[in-house]
Amino acid sequence: MNTVWSRFNIASIVLGFAFLYLPIVLLVVFSFNESKLVTVWGGFSTKWYVSLFHNQGLMDAAWVTIRVGLISATVATVLGTLAALTLTRYTRFKGRLLFSGMVFAPLVMPEVITGLSLLLLFVAVNLDRGFFTLTLAHITFSMCFVAVVVQSRLLTFDRSLEEAAMDLGAPPVKTFFQITLPVILPAIVSGWMLAFTLSIDDLVISSFTSGPGATTLPMKIYSQVRLGVTPEINAACTILIGLVATGVVIASVVNKQREVQRLRDEQIALRG
Amino acid sequence: MKSLGSIRRKFAPWNDPDAKPYIVFENVTKKFGDFIAVNDLSLAIFEREFFALLGASGCGKSTLLRMLAGFEEPTSGRILLDGQDLRGIPPYRRPVNMMFQSYALFPHMTVEKNIAFGLKQEGMPAAEIDKRVAEMLRLVKLEQFAKRKPHQLSGGQRQRVALARSVAKRPKVLLLDEPLGALDKKLREETQFELMDLQQELGLTFVVVTHDQEEAMTMADRIAIMDKGQVMQVATPAEVYEAPASRFVANFVGNVNMFEGTVADRTQDTARITGASGAQILVENAADTVAGADVAFAIRPEKIRVSSKKPADAVNALEGEVYDIAYLGDMTVYHVRLDDGQMVRASMLNATREIDDPLTWDDRAWISFRPNAGIVLTR
Repeated sequence: MNTVWSRFNIASIVLGFAFLYLPIVLLVVFSFNESKLVTVWGGFSTKWYVSLFHNQGLMDAAWVTIRVGLISATVATVLGTLAALTLTRYTRFKGRLLFSGMVFAPLVMPEVITGLSLLLLFVAVNLDRGFFTLTLAHITFSMCFVAVVVQSRLLTFDRSLEEAAMDLGAPPVKTFFQITLPVILPAIVSGWMLAFTLSIDDLVISSFTSGPGATTLPMKIYSQVRLGVTPEINAACTILIGLVATGVVIASVVNKQREVQRLRDEQIALRG
Repeated sequence: MKSLGSIRRKFAPWNDPDAKPYIVFENVTKKFGDFIAVNDLSLAIFEREFFALLGASGCGKSTLLRMLAGFEEPTSGRILLDGQDLRGIPPYRRPVNMMFQSYALFPHMTVEKNIAFGLKQEGMPAAEIDKRVAEMLRLVKLEQFAKRKPHQLSGGQRQRVALARSVAKRPKVLLLDEPLGALDKKLREETQFELMDLQQELGLTFVVVTHDQEEAMTMADRIAIMDKGQVMQVATPAEVYEAPASRFVANFVGNVNMFEGTVADRTQDTARITGASGAQILVENAADTVAGADVAFAIRPEKIRVSSKKPADAVNALEGEVYDIAYLGDMTVYHVRLDDGQMVRASMLNATREIDDPLTWDDRAWISFRPNAGIVLTR
């Protein structure tokens, strides 16, 4: 393709990317800063990464975050998939519209309200706030995201696949595990990943529903920043960015390869 | 009535009063809410028959098939298979298999796994499954594609995998929902004959749903013409074409010219019909019409002769003007506007390279036909 790079085009691209990435670049650069002052460059160093791994508070918070993320994403995926199945399959039960609206309401609900209402509930039923309530809250809000992702896959799912399986002698439960589940698995996996990501970076709802001993990484970082940003925090964030970026890159490369493979297969099929 | 058309095989259990039907629909009605998909329908299909359900979309033919497969239960009425009432038997316990319009191949399984799926559900030993799968692959000529996934196959190949999968269990009855609908014309014609061979070879009962009348005519032993959830006629392809039971059937299958009129008088074999404009035609095949009845005389285009002069020996000859001519190579189709305004379609075989009686646009022309060339319809 012969694109003419006019000055306007170049300026738009530079400005656009600068707007998106300059803050992140600054954060990464200053995580390698020798000086303790966040905004003054004092030479290259990795000492903040070393000290980060010795900061017990941050490491504990990271561990809590990962555990909450794994548990809540898994439970939310199961519940969300079930909700999606019900909503796409049983289209004729009473109150379906209300039910589907209620499942998706948390998507647009301000987090403060979700957090506050959960807090009120936990207080009302006299549940001690901590790891358990935190996980429950994360399941609550991430479940509907899973439901949305899985439901959109199920809407394009060819029901005759299930009928074919039953026609060939597979009872409904077997049909679900041998046909339906494998076919919608990619959607369930991306639902899980979405839930996990949401859980990892949630701050507002976590702050409402967590208790002593169950501080997540975002909560920890936020509370430390209030005392002043240290390069240690920058280092922690850089690691997080690195992890997320790696995940995104791997996912898109895998996707791309599968797409290429599919196109090649289709070419073969057309020829043969 | 004399026998119509050629008899492909000497197979006509429906004419044998002692023959027991294999599949019986007894007053079957199926409602979806207020919509009546199948309306008090009764039908009998015989063992080893190739039976086609033909109709426009929404006529209830697919619902009928799905009720046989067990995906829908009739609202009322009974369906019997080999004497057994199918009510309450789930699809996975019925001795019928279905080939889906979308093929419904399992995308995450290879061709051989797809074909083996049904056999595994039966608990067939692995060695036997392998043998049967190999046999099926040979049958549909896909041996070298065993390890491919469905998306690595062309449309025709997918169709054959779907077919192999649905016959692998050796069902008593194979149901085919628009089996050739997704194929292009050439492939469809080839596959029609393959399906017929397969049916003969395996000795199965085939029930096929289609909206393509040519497909139904080519493949089926008998055709049920459906409309609005009811069967309009069940007959062999030749009977459906040459002796339609009603105006609807005559119009639905192939091209037809209808002369509406009243029976002026009739003898033992013939009836004289007067049209609205006063033109009279003498016809046979008037069945049990009586004088004074309102009827339609239905005649197919290829049974009408077009000529520039009135043929001397013609019993029925009507005059008009050539309105349109379509030269198709093997035949020429004439549209003649009769003097009373009715448009008549006539097709003449081009048996020789030169046309003796050339007609062109706006020429005066005569159409003529024999008294037994058409049929009188009362419904």
